[in-house]
Amino acid sequence: MIRGLETLLAEHPFFKGLEPTYLSFIAGCGANVTFQAGEYIFREGDPADHFYIIRHGKVQREIFAPERGPLPIDTLAAGDVLGWSWLFPPYRRFSDARALELTRAIALDGACLRDKCDEDHHLGYELMRRLAPLAMKRLQAMMLQFLDLYGHARTS
Amino acid sequence: MVMLERPDVALADPMTPRPYRVRRVRRETGDVSTLWLEPVEDAAKRFAPGQFNMLYTFGVGEVPISISGEFSPPGGLMHTVRGVGPVSIALCRSKRGDVLGVRGPFGRGWPIDDASGRDVVIVTGGIGLAPLRPAVEQLLAQRERYGRIVLLYGGRTPHDLLYQRELGRWRSRFDLEVEITVDAASVGWRGYVGLVTTLIPRAVFDPSDAIAFVCGPEVMMRFTVAELQDRGVSPESIYISMERNMKCAVGLCGHCQFGPTFICKDGPVFRYDRVAPLLRTREL
Repeated sequence: MIRGLETLLAEHPFFKGLEPTYLSFIAGCGANVTFQAGEYIFREGDPADHFYIIRHGKVQREIFAPERGPLPIDTLAAGDVLGWSWLFPPYRRFSDARALELTRAIALDGACLRDKCDEDHHLGYELMRRLAPLAMKRLQAMMLQFLDLYGHARTS
Repeated sequence: MVMLERPDVALADPMTPRPYRVRRVRRETGDVSTLWLEPVEDAAKRFAPGQFNMLYTFGVGEVPISISGEFSPPGGLMHTVRGVGPVSIALCRSKRGDVLGVRGPFGRGWPIDDASGRDVVIVTGGIGLAPLRPAVEQLLAQRERYGRIVLLYGGRTPHDLLYQRELGRWRSRFDLEVEITVDAASVGWRGYVGLVTTLIPRAVFDPSDAIAFVCGPEVMMRFTVAELQDRGVSPESIYISMERNMKCAVGLCGHCQFGPTFICKDGPVFRYDRVAPLLRTREL
């Protein structure tokens, strides 16, 4: 059975509790996409024109360093969302994102979403209410990640 | 010559180390080694997962080290040690045949019986996997008694992960979910990158009836507990293993006093809700 985008969005934790009319609204900006293992979803500096709702697979965000290669920052998986640079000018990607394994996602058109949020501020509020805690959680996790907690700890 | 007999009471004295011989040493990472110790004379009494021994390097000193396993013949003990000070570095440098002193086992371990019939979530970071290793083995030995078992393990880099062999064995099982994440990795790493707390929201378990065992650096444990509570695990169902400077190991010297408790005899494993206020007291 082929499930529609609205159903897939409703099943994703990011959209949990969102009114069905908004799901339908958002689905109008979306398309199913698939990335093969190793395939880049976007690269640093690319236009941030999509917001990805990960349904299956694993994605690594990386920063490329000359003579060192790609440096992994974090890993996202089913249930996560990828990219928020579509929300704010200059709408450019800050990092690379690469599928570590076969990854299925819903790509939401950033400009389309922004237009809908401008038209309906309640939708904009609902999206920001979901994105802001994620941004906070990731920032907190990264702060701890860079503390090198495991390097200065217990003897056993 | 008068031969002094060593009475049984002396053997039972928790302050008297028993001689154990190093049978094997395995280098886990750059500064962590696992020692296999066999009793030279009588063995210490059977340990519970989560308990610790005081390991004595003669002429150097004594440190508390969690028990990370057992082996045959009965009485064999495994200890995983990170070399950070003179004694622990001396322990890591032990060679096969060396004799060490062992006092213990001490303290309270993981409440494995309380986990019966429930989902079990184990969250650990760095060398915190060492005191949980025997808990995992015990859970797996009676696998049918428990619901889902989830092991979430965080390390500094892929090279800093302990027990690669055991991790491989555990990951190959269908009745145990193992997820590993590291703070930093090179591009060949296929696992997760990020703090171990980031694995909790996506782990599959029933938070309303799960019991959680957490061990790692204290900062990691604080944030792990917060994430588990966000997920819906009750504070009464979360257990953490604490570490402080322990000397006597029997609650006499007071070095490891933690508010009204002593970590050596009332812990090292505590139910989270019973120590939560103490964890927020910076002077402790």
